[in-house]
Formats: sequence, structure tokens, C-alpha cells
Amino acid sequence: MARHVAVIRFPGTNCEFDVVEAVTAEGATAEIVFHDATSLGAADAVVVAGGFAHGDYLRPGAIARFSPVMEAVAAFAADGGPVVGICNGFQVLTEAHLLPGALQKNAGLKFRCGMVDLRVDSSDSVLTSGAAEGQLLRIPINHFEGNYTCSPGTLAELRDQDRVVLRYVDNPNGSVDDIAGICNEGRNVVGLMPHPERAISELLGSDDGRVLLRSFLAA
Amino acid sequence: MVDPDAGTALPDSTPSDTAPPDDTHRALGLTDDEYGRICGILGRHPNHLELAMYSVMWSEHCSYKSSRIHLRRFPTEAPWVLVGPGEGAGVVDVGDGIAAALRIESHNHPSAIEPYQGAATGVGGILRDIFSMGARPIAVMDPLRFGPLDEARARWVAEGVVSGISGYGNSVGVPTVGGETVFDETYADNPLVNVLCLGVMPTERLVLGRAEGVGNLAVLLGSTTGRDGIGGVSVLASAGFSDDETDADKRPSVQVGDPYEEKRLIEACLELLDRDLAVGVQDLGGAGITCATSETAAKGGAGMDVLVDAVPLRQPGMEPFEVMTSESQERMLAIVTPERLDEVLAIAERWEVRATVIGTVTGSGRLRVVDAAGEALADVPAKSLEEDAPLYDRPRAEPADLAARRADRAVALPAPADCGADLLDMLCDTSWVWSQYDHMLFLNTVEGPGGDAAVLRLKHPTTGADTGRGLALTTDGNHLWCAVDPRSGSAMTVAESVMNLAVVGARPLAMVNCMNFGNPEHPEVMWQFSESVDGLTDALRAFEVPCIGGNVSLYNESRGRDIDPTPIIGVLGVVDRLDHRPPGVRLVDGGRLLLVGATVAELDGSLWAARRGHRGRGSLPTVDLGAVAATAGVVRELVASGLVQGAHDVAQGGVGLALAEMAVASGVGFTAARIPDHAHLFSESAGRAVLCVGADQVRPVLDVLEAHGVPHSRIGAAAGDRMVVKDLFDVSLSEAVAAYRDRLPGALGAGTTQG
Amino acid sequence: MTFDAVVEVRLRPGIADPQGATIERALPALGFDGVGGVQVGKSIRFTVEAADEAAARSLVDDLCHRFLTNPVIEDSVVTLTAAAVA
Repeated sequence: MARHVAVIRFPGTNCEFDVVEAVTAEGATAEIVFHDATSLGAADAVVVAGGFAHGDYLRPGAIARFSPVMEAVAAFAADGGPVVGICNGFQVLTEAHLLPGALQKNAGLKFRCGMVDLRVDSSDSVLTSGAAEGQLLRIPINHFEGNYTCSPGTLAELRDQDRVVLRYVDNPNGSVDDIAGICNEGRNVVGLMPHPERAISELLGSDDGRVLLRSFLAA
Repeated sequence: MVDPDAGTALPDSTPSDTAPPDDTHRALGLTDDEYGRICGILGRHPNHLELAMYSVMWSEHCSYKSSRIHLRRFPTEAPWVLVGPGEGAGVVDVGDGIAAALRIESHNHPSAIEPYQGAATGVGGILRDIFSMGARPIAVMDPLRFGPLDEARARWVAEGVVSGISGYGNSVGVPTVGGETVFDETYADNPLVNVLCLGVMPTERLVLGRAEGVGNLAVLLGSTTGRDGIGGVSVLASAGFSDDETDADKRPSVQVGDPYEEKRLIEACLELLDRDLAVGVQDLGGAGITCATSETAAKGGAGMDVLVDAVPLRQPGMEPFEVMTSESQERMLAIVTPERLDEVLAIAERWEVRATVIGTVTGSGRLRVVDAAGEALADVPAKSLEEDAPLYDRPRAEPADLAARRADRAVALPAPADCGADLLDMLCDTSWVWSQYDHMLFLNTVEGPGGDAAVLRLKHPTTGADTGRGLALTTDGNHLWCAVDPRSGSAMTVAESVMNLAVVGARPLAMVNCMNFGNPEHPEVMWQFSESVDGLTDALRAFEVPCIGGNVSLYNESRGRDIDPTPIIGVLGVVDRLDHRPPGVRLVDGGRLLLVGATVAELDGSLWAARRGHRGRGSLPTVDLGAVAATAGVVRELVASGLVQGAHDVAQGGVGLALAEMAVASGVGFTAARIPDHAHLFSESAGRAVLCVGADQVRPVLDVLEAHGVPHSRIGAAAGDRMVVKDLFDVSLSEAVAAYRDRLPGALGAGTTQG
Repeated sequence: MTFDAVVEVRLRPGIADPQGATIERALPALGFDGVGGVQVGKSIRFTVEAADEAAARSLVDDLCHRFLTNPVIEDSVVTLTAAAVA
């Protein structure tokens, strides 16, 4: 392990410091990379952190995907580097076409913040490699637009290729097929709506996010 | 009524004729006396721009002219207080080089008109108060009061307010960690939307809004200035209005919040302060540029020339009085030296925040509004706008029927046929509200909304180092108590806060208050206000908690009646060793139940009595504050030492509701006894808590209680799927859970209309 | 030439529209009978400088596809009108 993590910050991102705290607690080093950067420096893993990039105006991620840093992230991903997009970061990665599908408003039309149960459905990804398939994880969600949607063809492909890495046990937002997180074909880019960085200690209610963060840092 | 000792002496140059030339000042809300006072300050008659500036600064909202003489009675000092009342926020030293900034405000009237934007801009405003002190906002709490749930408009307001807090607070990136949600007829047309914010900073970064250094520049940061929130002074424009459509554009508009602008403003301002680029920073709130420029100048002992034509505008054709009094959101004023201006502008540009030099600090002591040609449009002593505002000692009178009301005791009401039904009726899960708020951001939230108090990890704001300690926050208010007796009711409110902190293991450090009252021109309202201040003061002294700030919201009236007096307080506490989660509002199967504190069979001001129409009558007991302090201290010790499995303070609904809430929250029933009747079950005697204690810990817990001489009684045990109090009720837990869980989603979840 | 553009963004057929469904469910209780097929979208207005309408349309179509809509879930309808000459 021993990783240097680039944590991407757009104007409006708000989970960047939490991600830094969480990966640092696992022994990694981290730096925040602003959206106007054209290089990721010495990073050997990238987290696109949650929040409200550009206020989520127009659509979540719609403006952020055009940021200079996203070209660097795309190149890094194309080289097989591990990338995870959390919450708003997942939305940015779908808008940037690094992951398929889109995230719509929650079926309940309300913002939802709270602890949910997730099931690891594939351990073949940079985020889930250290978890056991079928393992249950308690990790918080915090989103208004986390309702994963994609075409039937894309869904079939995700299933056939075992790319749905995390599912909700009790679907909180209407996501198709209870999808909470997916990966790309290379399995090095993962997007998920839940926030593993918020589940890093019993004091905060759960430390189940650590198994995901440790997998990611070991990738 | 003008307090002769208040304010500064007026100059001798008072013009001999201070008779107002017309009624403009009255339309602006200024009295003839106040107009004369302005003439005295200026030595001449004011022009319209000056009149507008005085009218907004001397409004009740900005000057606290009816309340200030009472607020002076609060105890405000303690060794840990760094900044007391009167600044943007109160600040206390919480150790390890960390200072905490705390403030509470109301946004009641805007929220009654446009619930979403009213609540959203309330959140935005309080955040600016906090980061203008140099602190990063880390937590928001929202004490909310709405009309009855069975009224369509009350539901619409509630839904809009909650959406507004969610929409703004989540996006701006500050967690909302608690608050209160109350529905009651007294708020039918006049919701109370209070908002509290906590921020932290390295102690050495404390910034005050000061304009010092002649030649320094005033830089306006953030949004453009439009005609938002100039309702009070729009009469100056309306003289020229006709009914045609172009003039509709000139009318004042509802303030609209932009959380994304605010987020960038926070980051830009904190970066300015991190890099020591600003001499002072001030938020723009009520009275907009007038307030921010005059306050910074007055506090810095300086003057300021405001270049009114330099202010970036949202709408064309705005008059100087509109620019000077606009309450457009998401704006800040930074005072910077000319040498650092380029660096300031560069930081603003990086955060895509508009930055414009709109003024210069002068040594004149005067606030001058200057146009592009250099001509002074207004020229007034900077400090006169704030310091010379009139102070009123408005008439106070206790209600004429007070004696008769006090004699009408709720214990005389018939006993309920079924205490269980009454209890189910009181259960209400507020998670429908707070699950819409991000309450976890920043990885601090150990105990979030839904508990008695929020508990946050205390990390150093710049190094991120964990201190191993925690901050705790609670907001409390009880209008039913205060309607019976504003003095005792206010003292009981402080007692409740102290107990709320105790059950999470925290000791109280500082208090802020938001005084929500009716029309101050009604003597009974001013009596309520003064009594409430005295009650809060008594309790703060007893608990040795300083008041470090407050807000006063008057003229809260609904259907032609003043609202019940509603002082809402926020108390900050410290958890000295945060190495385990607090026990929380829960029962553990097999645990023993202890009721700590003394219960008196009394029902006046109780929720139970109010549900029977008995409200504002009877009398509250004089609270034994010393006994409450002792009980709270012991409860805190027991919680901190980990001897307790569940802990909940006893307040509205009495021990009956406390037990029921613990049961439904944990899915464990209970069987209790030694509660003789409904008056003991629903009594709201102050300073009590229910503890759930493991069977093997009962003895050590009793030893501690006995050693401190704290009254207590063993009332039962937690187990099973029923909630039972011997001889009073026996209810199935699943029925209680359903009543608890479904109340708000059932009323609010299916969409609301304006009614 | 200057054109006024109105882009109406709406969900593609088959994509769930919870906002539209919620509005529709609320209607009977409010006494609005006979209203159906509620869909919620958004409209975006701006002006375009272009040589002619075809050029303007091509530009706006590209803008819609790449930025204003997410083609995974959204369609758009563009209306262009020549702006009144001042």
C-alpha cells in the first residue's frame, strides 16, 4: 500500500476534507487538487469527492465534467489508475462518460441522509477487492439525486459483466436493480452514492467504510 | 419613553426647527421624536437618502430599541468568553487553541411569506455571521415552530421551510445536526424559523468587523445588489410609481438564496483570513451596505466614504437609497490595505467571487455616500447610525387577569380515561424533517438529530488534530411553560438545556438566545419579555453559564393575537472525554429504569394540559435551580463514566413520554410502577432524567446518586413488546411505533398546498 | 443575426418522472379533474448570434447534446426565433 491520493475539488465540493481525513487515517497521503489543475501530479489514486460541484446547477456534474482536471482524470483512468467517485463524484463520472448511466432525483423527491445497509455484490473492483461478496456494510447515504438509471442494454451489460459492485438492501432512492455502486469495464473506475469516508469509526456509527477504502488504497 | 441615559449626548447645534417637513419619515417607520433626534445629530434636516439609512438602522430589527435595556441584564462574562454579545457572534475558548463561535437568529417573517426562500436565506445569513468572525461553520441547528398539523397552510409552510433548509444547508456544505419541530395553534400565521450556527477557528485568528487604517479599502465580495428586501424603505420609490408594468420592476422582491455563491464566499473569505489579507470582515445582513460600512467604521473609530456608483447592480436604475439599504444575499465586506488588494482580488477570482472596491476608510468619523462625480449624497456620523439609536423602556404590565389565571389549576382537570391514548397522541418522530438534512458532513457527528443534544468531535480547525473531546449543542424552547409564567418557564428552559447536555455527558459552556415575542407596543408583551429575561438570567447565574449573544424577534402575531412568548435558547457544552458514544435515547433489554430528580404532581403548562385546552393558566413552580444543577452534574458523571445504557431528559409529556420515546426509538418495551397517577405521569417538573442501567450496574449507579443526595426512584425494567405503567396504561409497542413513525410522513409526505 | 432560443429539456420517454407523477397524484384532491399526462422539465432561454437560422440551429443542437441535456435521460426541443431588431 502506501498511496498518494489526489482528491478532486470543484467549486461547491464539500466532502474533500473528509476524504483526506479518511484515507490519511488508513496510512495514505493525500492532496486536494483544484478543478483548474491540468495534472494530477504524483497521485497514484484519485477520489472525486462529494458535494455540489458548481451548485449542481443545470444537472449534478454537468458543468464539472468540462473542468480541466477531468481530462487528467480520464487519462489517469485510461491508464488503469484507480478512480472512485463518491456521491456527487459518481454523478460527475457518469456525466464525463467514465461510467455508464445517470443519476436522477430520488423516487421520494426528498433529499435523504442516513445510514443504509449495502451488500457487496462483486469483489472484483478497485473499491471492493478486500470485501467478501455478500458481505453487508453499514454506510451512510446523503443525496437528492442518487436514483441510478440506465438503458436496459446497459443494465444487462452491467449484470453480465458483474459490474454492479454494491447494492442497497432496502432501496432508498428508486435506483434500478437496487444499484448503489458500479465499476467500468476495466474495474479500476468505481462510482457509488454512499459515503465510505463517513463510516470510518464506531464513534461515528460505523467503520464499515474502511474495508472499501483499504481495498482502494491497495489497488 | 426615550431613555435619557441611552446613547450619546446630542450636539448643541440642533436646529431650532426640527419639525418634519412632511410624513416621509413616518412612512419609513420613524417617529416625530426620532426625526428630531436625527436633526439633532446632523445639525440640519436629513435628506431622503439619510432618512432611509437612519430608518433601517433604527428599525426594531437592527437597533433592538425596545429590548436592549432588558438584554443588559444577562450575565455575559466568564473566563472562557472571548467575545460576548454585540458582535457578529459570541466566541468562547474551548481549549487546545480552538475558539468556538456561536450565534442564533430568527427568519420568522420572511418564512411566513415564502417558506423555502425565507428559511434558506436564514441559513445563509447565520453562516455569514460565523465566518465573518474568522470561524469555519461546522454545524447548524434549526428550532422550528409551525401552526397545527391539521391546517393546510401550516403544512405548506413546514414543508417549504424544511425544503429550504435542506436545499441551502446541504448544498452550502454545513451539516444540520439538530433542532426542534413543534406544531401549535399559537403559530398558525406566524411560524418561528430560528437558526443557530456553530463555527470553530484557531484562537489566534479571531477577527472582528473593524475598519481601521485611513486609506484602507472596503471591498464588497459576492453577489450583485438588487432590490431584495428593501420593503421598509420602498415607500421612497413608490411616490414615483404608477401602476404600469415597468414600475413593477422597481418593487422590492423576496430575497432568494444562492448556496453555491455562499459556498464560494465562505471559501474565499476563509482563505483571505488564513493568509492574513483582511484587516476586518463584516457580513451584510439587515440594512445591507449601510449597516456593514457604518458598523465597521464605527467600531474601528474611523469613517468611510462609500462609492455608491461602484456597487455592482443586478437591476438597472437603482437609486442610491436602494443600493444602500438592499438586503441582497451572499455579500460580505472586507477591509483591506491597498498593498494587499491585488492578492485579495486574485483569491476572489480563483473562487469566482465578484470583488469590487466600494469604499475608503477615512479619519473623519463620518459615513459619506459619494457618487461618481465625488459629490456627497449623504454625510452622517458613522457611529450615530448604531450608537445613537433611541432606546425605549416601553410600558410593561402583567396581564389584568393574572390572578384569576393562576388560580385555574390543571390538576383539577378530570383524569384521563386512558393515559395510553393520550401518550400515543404525543409521540412524534421528527426524522421526516432531519433525514432531509446532511447531518454527517465533516466526520464530527457522534450524536446527530433525534437525540437530546448533538455531540460533535472537536478537531482543530486547521491541523485537523482530534482533541479527544467533544462539543455538544442543544436548542430548547417551551411556549406552553412561558405562556403560564414567562419567568419560571424561561428558567425551566435553561434547566432543560442543561439536562439535555448532561444526558450526553456534556457540561454547559455558553448560551445564545432568540427571543420570539409579540408586539412590543403591547404592555403585556413587554412584561412577558422582561420576565423572560429575568428567568433566563436567574438560571444562567445558577448554572454559571454566560450569555454570549442573542437575537430578538418582535411583532410575532397570528390572527390578531400575540404569539405565546417563545424564548428559544441554544446552549453549547463540552464533553471532556469523547471516547464512547453517549448512551442515547434508548432502552436495552433487561435494563433497569431509574427516574432521577424530584417529581411534583403538577400539570400547569404541560403538553398534556394544553391538549385539553388548558393553556396559559395555572402557575409553574419556582424551579430549584441548585437541585437541577446537582442532578445534572450527577447524570453527566454517570453518563461520562459509561455506567448508563440509555438516558433521556424528562420534559414535555413528562416521564410517560420520556419512557415511550426511549421504547419506540429502540424497539424495546418496558414495565414500570411507582407512578401513582396521570399527574405524576405527565408532570413536567424540571431537572429530571430517565436512565436505563444494566442490572449489574444498578448498585454502583445508586451509590453515586445516594452519595450526592440526588432524589431518584427505581421505576421498572426494560423488556418485552409492550409499554406498561402499572394501573395507568398498557400499550403495544408496535402500535406506539406506528403512531410515532407515521405522524409526520402521513401529514407532510404526500405533498402540500398553500391552503 | 440574433436569435432568441428556447430549449425545453424533458425526460426521455420511459424514464421515470417522479415530479410529474407527484403533481398528477395531487390533482384530484385539489379539485382539478381531467388533468393527466403531467411531465416536468425545464426551459432554458438565451440569445444566439449566427449567420443564419441553420447555423444557429446547428450551434444550439450541439450545445444541447453536449451540455444542456444528459442524453442518457433527457431530450430537448429547440425553438428559434429571429430577435426583433432594436
